[in-house]
Formats: sequence, structure tokens, C-alpha cells
Amino acid sequence: MFPYIPNTLEDEKFMLKQIGVLSIQDLFKDIPDELKLNRELNINPSLPEIEVQKHVKSLANKNKSTEELVCFLGAGVYDHYIPSIIKHLVSRSEFYTSYTPYQPEISQGTLQAIFEYQTLICDLTGLDVSNASMYDGSTACAEASFMAVAHTKRKSIIVSKTVHPQIRKVLYTYTKFKGIELVEVDALDGVTDILKLKELVDKGTAGVIVQNPNFFGIIEDMTEIQKITSDNKSLLIMSVDPISLAILKTPGEIGADIVVGEGQSLGNKMNFGGPYLGFMATTTKLMRKMPGRIVGQTKDIDGKRAFVLTLQAREQHIRREKATSNICSDQSLNALTAAIYLTTMGKQGLREVAYQSTQKAHYAFNEIIKLENYKPVFNKPFFKEFVIEGPQSANVINDKLLEKNIIGGYDIESNYPEYKNTLLFCVTEKRTKAEIDGLVTVMEGIK
Amino acid sequence: MKEYNKLIFEISREGRQGYKLPPCDVKNIDISKIIPNNLLSEKELSLPEVSEVDVIRHYTLLSNKNYGVDTGFYPLGSCTMKYNPKINEDMASIESFTQIHPYQNVKTVQGSLQLMYELSEKLSEISGMDQVSLQPSAGAHGELTGLMIIKAFHENRGDFKRKKIIVPDSAHGTNPASASVVGFEIVEIKSNENGSVDLDSLKSVLNGEIAGLMLTNPNTLGLFDENIKEISDLVHEAGGLVYYDGANLNAIMGKARPGDMGFDVVHMNLHKTFSTPHGGGGPGSGPVGVKKELIQYLPVPIIEKKVDNYTLNYDKPLSIGKIKSFYGNFGVLVRAYCYILSMGADGLKKASEMAVLNANYMKSRLKDYYYLPIDRVCKHEFVLGGLKQGVSEVTTLDIAKRLLDYGYHPPTIYFPKIVDNAIMIEPTETESLETMDEFIEVMIKISVEAGENPQLLKMAPYNTLVRRLDEVSAARYPVLKYTKEV
Repeated sequence: MFPYIPNTLEDEKFMLKQIGVLSIQDLFKDIPDELKLNRELNINPSLPEIEVQKHVKSLANKNKSTEELVCFLGAGVYDHYIPSIIKHLVSRSEFYTSYTPYQPEISQGTLQAIFEYQTLICDLTGLDVSNASMYDGSTACAEASFMAVAHTKRKSIIVSKTVHPQIRKVLYTYTKFKGIELVEVDALDGVTDILKLKELVDKGTAGVIVQNPNFFGIIEDMTEIQKITSDNKSLLIMSVDPISLAILKTPGEIGADIVVGEGQSLGNKMNFGGPYLGFMATTTKLMRKMPGRIVGQTKDIDGKRAFVLTLQAREQHIRREKATSNICSDQSLNALTAAIYLTTMGKQGLREVAYQSTQKAHYAFNEIIKLENYKPVFNKPFFKEFVIEGPQSANVINDKLLEKNIIGGYDIESNYPEYKNTLLFCVTEKRTKAEIDGLVTVMEGIK
Repeated sequence: MKEYNKLIFEISREGRQGYKLPPCDVKNIDISKIIPNNLLSEKELSLPEVSEVDVIRHYTLLSNKNYGVDTGFYPLGSCTMKYNPKINEDMASIESFTQIHPYQNVKTVQGSLQLMYELSEKLSEISGMDQVSLQPSAGAHGELTGLMIIKAFHENRGDFKRKKIIVPDSAHGTNPASASVVGFEIVEIKSNENGSVDLDSLKSVLNGEIAGLMLTNPNTLGLFDENIKEISDLVHEAGGLVYYDGANLNAIMGKARPGDMGFDVVHMNLHKTFSTPHGGGGPGSGPVGVKKELIQYLPVPIIEKKVDNYTLNYDKPLSIGKIKSFYGNFGVLVRAYCYILSMGADGLKKASEMAVLNANYMKSRLKDYYYLPIDRVCKHEFVLGGLKQGVSEVTTLDIAKRLLDYGYHPPTIYFPKIVDNAIMIEPTETESLETMDEFIEVMIKISVEAGENPQLLKMAPYNTLVRRLDEVSAARYPVLKYTKEV
């Protein structure tokens, strides 16, 4: 017997009789003999729960997590504080064992939570409308580029080289297959090269993608970029760190048309890369071009406020090949996590997270550059990440840090060979002064 | 229980706080000395101000407005709403899995890489493919990835003429949408009366411009396409590849394999067949498996097993590239891995057998009351076409809404489109005879109600927290966020 399969042999016999066949095998007669797998699958036999636990825990024990190691690694995924209540609420099985809310009468929990999530994302980004979330930050960015092409009916996307290399790689894959031209604009001293951008933008440019703070942690001056983009009637697509929006100028204030980003840091565990959520918001004007699920408010026949999936005329199950995207799901549970995070931290808390991260990152930066063998690579304002050039390659430095149970920075040189021996460090509000001082001490010993 | 109808924003009170952080223990620098004023926001966020208790009550009350598999029977056809085992949740929340940064040194993540490697091996064996990538985030993302692989395969051979993908009219709308995103044109072909591929229709469109065919088997009517080998042979002879939409794998585990039917690329939905929860819409996971000649096109990185360790290999020049951040929805993968360990080869086969037995049982009991367009052995699901004794004004939607009154999540309705008034029922293997019997009795009762008092059904549901919604004004005058009334 299997715990997840309730029917007994007696039940089976009863059902077979009702159907009018003699055996279960009779129900598989429609599979031609030559296509039948006439052997057992070559995988393990079933295991009881105790054995599964033992085995899986033995795998987990081969890892070294950020509980044991002190993490100064960021590059798009961040070790921010996660309030305990998130786990308890997201573990409510009414949330996690439900399907996409196609039957709104019995899905108001999910629908209202997404509606609240959309409101929170609009507030954070300063844009008018948000969708219900997407797979992750990079695919959201790729979808934004499709949206720009569909809206402007132009064929080319410009992306700054200061955008996360991984996002650019995903963009490259998506645009290549869709037949969209992708042009990269160079970086100059750690920020988007405005003059080069000006040269590249033309009547074929559907959208310009800029990340802020950019991959090097630097806060880009978006004013000129926004002007260049809007003067050319191209769309400005910004990829942002949601935590930074508690203090930095929002995409709404800047005048962006579409904003996307990785929502992991909003209460989601790092989880070795997923599941996360990509968020996307845009202007009212572009609302009907936005991909993904969207929840709207309405009333029921008794006049009671209620929520429902809406603007579905954009979507694949109705529009088939003419849909705005092939996406037919959201990262609902991760969006719920983000909503609970933003609600719990609230106005004060998110600001404090952003503020403390900035302070601690600057403290770490200042202490590291005091060391003889380390120097800053850029001289620009940054948020919670910064690039340092060291006396050895990033690999060597990180290996030595790991010996002392510290996870060092991202190896910048692996994607930007022009910056030799450089690391991108990240400091969140979770790091203490003692941990930062520990990092600096170990680094000092690396010559 | 008391009715609760507030948004989190409506319970916010200035000065309330739901968090506490340690004080900043480094010397503070005036923020304007760090970041120039022109880069700082001038606005204050208007996030809610609530206490921890407020948050807990609010979202707990919201959860009470939801219906999940743990609440009750969820016979949503094509969605495989099977039970989500709890040990999987426990294992996926082990800190040494969850507290791992994706860019950590591979030496420190060997357990996670081993789990992923072994899961992809198991999925290869179950599907009959040669290698599986765990990266796609969902079924639709798996389709996208698989179609990119098909395109890359043709183009690498120097064949740029193949710009068309064949999709049967019975397919889910996502199939053509995915093909379009990858830059393919869609050629739709007719299905025969069994919902299977019409061979003549297929033959008539096969030519040197066809990149491939997208199909699921069992098909969207829940019927096994007996001609599958002939179909895949025909496509192959014409130089195309055959893509398997894995929505319906739950019917055939340990019984037959897409790889043996001639499919070149498959995607599997871990959130369906492999018991990972749907999460109210996501996260899911849609791994893609391919035959040997397509391995080189799989997305990077590839997890490789060396003598004594696992690595991430990005050096694959013919790869379609990166299709998402990092390596896949790891948390979902842990759950699917645990499920396969728990079930084993014997359990997976049993699951498919019982899924098929349950579906055939329900079909045989309901066909006297509801119109059954094709009366033959089905696989894990079946499609009814509305009431047998047609009551003109009662629609499939009315039947679905009435089911809500009796405490059930309704089946999938109006899909597939090739059956009028479709009601698609998939019980899965995790439901007992009693649960199915109770549901069947309710379905029979509703068929009687439809005859006696159609108006009763037209106005259903009555017992839910909210009743039928005005979806037309929701779309016409969209209200997509909360705005404080002034």
C-alpha cells in the first residue's frame, strides 16, 4: 500500500466491475503492445518516510549554507532578513495547495492577496499597474522587451552593459528566437555610457533597458537616459532592486515606462536560485500590452466587493498565438510572500532595511579600501554593493575567505575581463559590524 | 465565523510596526553624503503600518477564503490536482537547502547539485528521454525551451526554411502561444472524433517548412492516441521533430514512455504528475527532456557528474543559452525528488493505474446523466459534453457554479474546445472511492435540479463567500490596485 493512494483491493474490484472490465490491465489495452514498457522503471523501489528523510537530509548535509557561512555575496540575490511569520502564513495549505484562481467564488484568498501585492508593487515602483508576478527577474525583463517591441512596432532593444550579465544572457536567448535585434551599450567608469547610448538610439529602438542600482551596485543617473529614450519615443525599461526603492528615486519619479525586477529579496529564501518571482509594473497606457496574470476588483451579484482575474483578452488561452506572451501562470506563492514581507516591514521597516544596508555597505567599503592591497574600482555613489580590486584573482581571495567560513564577493572578471582581480561585495542589514570586521581582517591577510 | 472583508491597507494605523531590527551597529554617515540628493526619492512610500498580529490575522482570514486540495476534492481536468505530500514540504524547507546563495562556490553546494542530477536522471528514465534539463519554471516555459531547442536543431543543420509548428485544434492555447514567442508560424490541424490527430490532415501539411508537431498523449480528451508511432514517423520522415506536452504524463508512468513513442522533446509538469503544490498559480516547474541528438542544445548550465563531485558546465557552444535566472526552481525540485523517492518505480506505476481506474469509474457512473461524446476506455481523465437530457438554458458554467454550493472545486470547463460544453474531470489516484461516489451523487443531483428548476442553477452559487462576479466590468473599467478614498 501507498499512503497517498487510498483505494483498497476491494475498492479496485468494485470499480472494475462497475466499469465492466476484468483487470486494470484491460484499461491500458489502448496502448499498442510495442509501445508498452514491459519492465519496471529503473529507479528505486518505494521508500517509507523515515528513509526518505534520512536520505534527503544526508544530501542537505553535504551543503554549507549561509547559516554556517557569513554571506557577502549578492549580485541579484540577497541575504536580507526574513520575518518568521512569512513561513507560517505561506505554509497555510489553503494557499499553497490551491490552483490558479479560475473559480473566484472559492479563491478570494489568493485573489485578494495578489490584488494587495499589485498595489504594493505600484507603490514601491511609482508606476500605475502591476501584474500578478512572473517567473523571475530575468524573464520579466525579457517579457518587457517583447512588450516594448509590440507597443512601438519597432524591432530593436538596447541594453546597458551595466545590466546583470545573467539578465542580458536571458534577454539574448529570448530576443534571438523571437527575431528582435539586441544591442548592448557600453559602460563607462561603471555606469551606462550616455554618449554611446545617444549614438545608438534611433527610430528602430523599441526600448532601452537600464538597471538601477546597476550590476556594480552603482546608482545610475537616470535623468539623461530618460530624456534620450522619451525624445526618441522609445520605452524606458528599468530593472530595479525593490529594497532600494525605499530610498532611491522610483521608476515612476524617473519616468520609466516599464519596470521589472527580481523579487527574491522581498521575503523569499535564496533557495539555490529559485523559486523566486519577477515583478513587472507599467503605465496605464501600456496596461493592455502587459503580459501575465492580472487581478482586478469588481462586485458580485449581491454588490459585495470581490476580486477576479481580469484583462484576459491578452492571454494565451483566449488569444492563442496572438497573445502578449505564452505565460499562463504567476509565482503566486512567492508574490504572497512578497506581499506579507512588505506588509510586515511596512513603510518604516523597508526604509530601515535599505538604510542599514547602505550604511553597512559603506562601512565595509571604507574599511576595505583602507587596506594596503585593495582599492575601489569606481568612484560613484552606490547602494549596498561595491566593486573592489584585490591583490589576487577573485577565486583565490574567495577560497581563502571560505577557509574562514566567509562567502566573498562575485567574481566580476568572469563577465567583465577588463576588470582584473575584482569582486562585487554585498552587505545587507543582516551583517553585523563584527562580521564585517572579520571579513576585513581576513582580507588583510591575503597578499 | 465572522465575515472579513478588509484590505490590508484598510487596517493600517499610523505608527504601528510589525518588525524589529537590531539597531545599526556601524557608524552612521549622513545619507546625503553618500548618495546625492538628485538620486534619492522625494516621496515617502505608503506601505501599510500594521502589527505582527494584524498581519497574521489578515492573511489567515484570507486563507480561509481559499479552496485547496487539502480542503477537498479538486477534479480539475488537465491540472492533476493530486495530494501534495507533507514530507516534501518539510524536506524542501531544510535550511541547508533554502539558505544557499546560487553563486556560492560549487564545493559548498554538492548536496543540492547531487539532488538535481539524480532527479534529472529519474525523470529521463520515467519519460524515456536521454537527458533532462530542470531549468524551466513552468509548463509554458518548458514549451518555450523545447521549441527553442527544435529551432536550434534545424538551424544548426543549416535548414532555415522550417518556420512552422503544427498544433492540433484540440491543443491548449499555450501551445500556439509558445510557438509564436519562439518565432514560429502556427499550422493548425483538425482532430478526429476521438480528439486524436487526423492523419490525412497531418499528411496534408507536412513539408519542408515544418519544424515540428506539438502533441500530448493521452490527448486532451484523455484518450490514448493509438496512431502515435505512425504520427511521429510521418513527422520524422518529413524532417520535423515531435514535441510532447507533458500535461498528461500521470496516466502512463511505468506503463509507456513518450521517448518510446517517437517524441524528441518532452516537458514534464512537476506540479502535476510529481505532486508539487500549485501554490495558487505558481511556482511550478517544467523540466525538458530530449533525445540524444538534441542534448547539445539544452539550456546552460548543465549539471555534470565527475568522479567525486558535481559541476555546473556553461561551456556548451550549441546550447540555446540561458532561459532563466540560475538553475531551476530548486525548492520545487526537492519536492518532486522526495515524491519519486517515496513512490518508487512500483508506486509511480500504481499511481498511474489508479488514476486511470478512478477516471474510468467516474466516467462509467456519470455517462447516464451527462453526455459522453466518446465512450471508450479513457486514461487519467475524461470529457463530458454537458447534461445528457439537454435543458437549453442550463450551461456548463451553471453546473460548475452549482458544484461550488456543494463544496467542490468544479472540473475544468469549456476545454478542450473541440467538445461543446466540455466538462473535463480528472480525479487523480489520491482520491478514495467514497470521495468520488459523493461527488458523483452531487453531479447526479445537479442533473436532476437542472430539469426541475433551471433557475436555481442559473443563480448559483448561493453558499460561497461571494457569488457570481461581474467580470465584464472588471475588464472594461479595470481597478487593479487599491486607492485610498479621500
